[in-house]
Amino acid sequence: MTTNYPELFCAFAGEASLVLGMLVVLGYDLTVGRKRSPTERWQASCILGGAALFSALVVGLRVGVVGPVLGGEFMLDALGVGTRAAVLVLAGLTLMLTAGTARLRNPAEFVAIVLLAATGFSLMAVAQQLLVAFLALELASLSLYVLAGFDKTRPESAEAALKYFLFGGMSAAFLLFGFSLLYGLTGSIDTSAIAAALAAQGSSPLLSVALVMVLVAFGFKAAAAPFHLWAPDVYQGAPATSAALIASASKLAGLTFFVRLLWPGLGYATGDVALRHFSPGWLAVVALLSAASLLVGNFGALAQSNLRRLLAYSAIAHAGALLLGVMAAGTAGPAPLYFYAATYGLATVGAFGVVAVLEAAGVGPQIADLAGLYRRSPLLAGCLFIFILSLAGIPPLAGFFGKFAVFAAALNFGGLASVTGWLAFAAIFLSAVALYYYLRVLKQALVAPPAPGADGRIAVPGAAALALLLAALLLVVLGVFPSLLLQIFS
Amino acid sequence: MNALPCTIYVSFTGALLALVAGTRSAATARWVALVTALTTLAITLMAAVSFVPALGMQTLVDVPWVASLGVRYHLAADGISLTLLVLTAIAATAGVLFSWNIEERTGEFFALYFALIGGVFGVFLSADAFVLFVFYEIAIVPKYFLIARWGSTNREYGAMKLVLYSFAGSALVLAGLLWAYAAGGGQSFGMGDLAAAAVHFTRAEQLGMFALVFLGFAVLAGMFPFHTWAPTGHVAAPTAASMLLAGVVMKLGAYGCLRVAMPLFPVGFVFWQPTIGWLAVIGIVYAGGVALVQGDFKFVSGYSSVSHMGFVLLGLAAANVQAASGAVLQMFSHGIVAGLLFAVVGRMVYERTHTRQLADLRNLPLHRLLPFAAVTFVLAGLASMGMPGFSGFPAELTILVGTWKTSPLWAAVAALGVLLAAAFTLRAIQLSFFGSTQPAVAGAMPAHPLPPITLAEKAGALLLVGTTVLIGLKPDLLLNWIIPSLQSPLYQVILKGGAP
Repeated sequence: MTTNYPELFCAFAGEASLVLGMLVVLGYDLTVGRKRSPTERWQASCILGGAALFSALVVGLRVGVVGPVLGGEFMLDALGVGTRAAVLVLAGLTLMLTAGTARLRNPAEFVAIVLLAATGFSLMAVAQQLLVAFLALELASLSLYVLAGFDKTRPESAEAALKYFLFGGMSAAFLLFGFSLLYGLTGSIDTSAIAAALAAQGSSPLLSVALVMVLVAFGFKAAAAPFHLWAPDVYQGAPATSAALIASASKLAGLTFFVRLLWPGLGYATGDVALRHFSPGWLAVVALLSAASLLVGNFGALAQSNLRRLLAYSAIAHAGALLLGVMAAGTAGPAPLYFYAATYGLATVGAFGVVAVLEAAGVGPQIADLAGLYRRSPLLAGCLFIFILSLAGIPPLAGFFGKFAVFAAALNFGGLASVTGWLAFAAIFLSAVALYYYLRVLKQALVAPPAPGADGRIAVPGAAALALLLAALLLVVLGVFPSLLLQIFS
Repeated sequence: MNALPCTIYVSFTGALLALVAGTRSAATARWVALVTALTTLAITLMAAVSFVPALGMQTLVDVPWVASLGVRYHLAADGISLTLLVLTAIAATAGVLFSWNIEERTGEFFALYFALIGGVFGVFLSADAFVLFVFYEIAIVPKYFLIARWGSTNREYGAMKLVLYSFAGSALVLAGLLWAYAAGGGQSFGMGDLAAAAVHFTRAEQLGMFALVFLGFAVLAGMFPFHTWAPTGHVAAPTAASMLLAGVVMKLGAYGCLRVAMPLFPVGFVFWQPTIGWLAVIGIVYAGGVALVQGDFKFVSGYSSVSHMGFVLLGLAAANVQAASGAVLQMFSHGIVAGLLFAVVGRMVYERTHTRQLADLRNLPLHRLLPFAAVTFVLAGLASMGMPGFSGFPAELTILVGTWKTSPLWAAVAALGVLLAAAFTLRAIQLSFFGSTQPAVAGAMPAHPLPPITLAEKAGALLLVGTTVLIGLKPDLLLNWIIPSLQSPLYQVILKGGAP
């Protein structure tokens, strides 16, 4: 295979601009920024980082859908391009939120690592070959470990980073082991070659082992039960904007990565979850993960009193529904899954953004601390209203449509004669449970009067306000006109 | 007629405007709210004037919404929709008049109020099951905040219970609709398309789908034994929200049963029909009996709503055009009368005397302190009992006569409910307004004179009383819209006497 460098550069100009942007941010801070005040350094770093993300977004969209690149090592299809754009937007929102709220030292390093993580997500979105995909995943993961532990003043942050790292390292080891078994079985690290070889040689016990290894890593990345244990602690301890990135862009990129691997690559080992002719395969395992996540997430969230932990359990519950979308992607294509994951990411970034602004003002982290938010900051209360209701899946917000599309796809997948149909029903009924804990948050924010002594106005920094409004607006617009996002798949 | 979709947009715009106006002053927000409500009333009345019942279901808007799922933004109206749209507009206007005294967060109150109204208008206009579901869910969430923030007794409990019941009901509906959509090949959510696809479903599928969708809607209609959210929710809600809840939101459930569950899954309906009929009859008698022993004035009205909605469900279960037309008329009538009852109980009496306990009220010579409220309540009570001359009479009579043709036993037991309604209404009138016929006992008179009934309250009460008397004297105004709609091909499968 000869490498076509112009083609390669053309396809990855976006990633190149991210890396370049990262160098510029670090260079600027090292030379000019040293003499400035911390606020100015934050602003300069975030502006430079934002510019890099924006140019990557523009370049990525200009490249558009071109199909396989570099002999199929990368796949720039609608899913890849869409995911790339979405993770860049999510990372951009995260940066805007960080700009106004972070009390962290080392602004340039923070922004640079966000850019590195975005590079990793962006590559994960299009990688088709096991080794490249693994490298992209690790680039993103290592960046996220650092981001989780970035707040050196709080021990919780270090705890979060350590937990995330230990779980993540373990899951990466599983994934690599699984990949090496796949390579051993098929003699290739290329997804399409693996698919062909698996179809030729039939199933084997070793393949099952490899599948389980891969799915363990998948479960970790998606925060699906029973591999979810890291999520509440990390979401609680990490700096709010790092948690936002972990919960949104990382999840979206991971789902894209695995849906590519599972359906085209391991399509032979799918199995069947129809009730009449059940056969083992990864579909059955994913169905188990989905069911466990729906139950653990929704019922776990009922008991939470800390807003971040509640968001973590809600993330686990959403992971269950997202896995349903992964299964349904076999017939419906990745469009419902992508829509769900992208809009879920927007709502989560928004919700963590509100948490970040509140914590910067010394409010939180308990749900009870939100009391009187409608009077202390109508903007935050209004935005939180939209984010939480989108997470709860209330129309006309985008979260509703994502859920609807995924459930419809899951029921279309095999009707009620298949496990996916029953899972979709379970997910629909559990959404009534979910509404209870979401309304508890909104009750504090919008109904309860301010606690005595805690009724001052909360200042919202300009950049953060803009990011929150943007996310809220996107959720409303995509909810009313879902075709804006879905049409890229048709 | 073609302006009807504007009711939805006007309501949502009004919600935003009220929110903005509320940041200036409460009075501005009130006037914005009143203008919004009157605009919707004008639109629906103009449509009513030009309405031709013989045209059947008239499409108003039909554009693709989500092409990849086959969802179309399809709005249409027939006589049934129009009846309920007029009801919604009247109830919304009266509700604004009866919440004229809300001083706290007025803008937000009316914003949520009109978000709810907009959703209700949307449901009554939808001809696509997806669109209907979206508007149905839009109408759920504002209720929580209206009750939890501006409500009274046990409001957070009542609000959460109500919203979780509604949302669980809508989850059942969603499950049933998605099942039908998937079984039909995942092409379209249009009611006509779904009904056409449903012909090919197996019997088991029809039974299951009907059970899910009907039960989901019936929860909101207050069907026994899933009615328990209604009394607590009504009691906890602020006056205008009680009026809307009993007046129009419960109608959403009944409308969903009639418009979605029954025509889409006729085989399922035939199977479940006896169950629904018995549950409706039990609900009528049980809720009437419970209303008879309530100590709280508002609980009497709350249970009376459940009892009256039982008549609506009975009319649907009887499955003939006469009973079903009575059911739709009863939806209208109960919407007006329940609004009136809650207005008197919640706004006129409770906000002046600060008690709703009948035991306390009987010590006050309320008929002398609040003569206007007394007269209004007596009229509302007569309408609620089904006295001739008020809208309740033609509605319940039509239902009972229609039901007799299907099952004399149901009609006989339900007629007992009419007697119970007379009993609990007279008891409430007697204890509340005419409890003390003696000159006031020392200490029983309120320390301060009660504030007089305001102009807004009088206007709202006159609007509602006028409507119920008008329909009571001339029910054909509405029946001429309703009956042709029920004779349409869609209903001929399930309703006897369908051929015009």
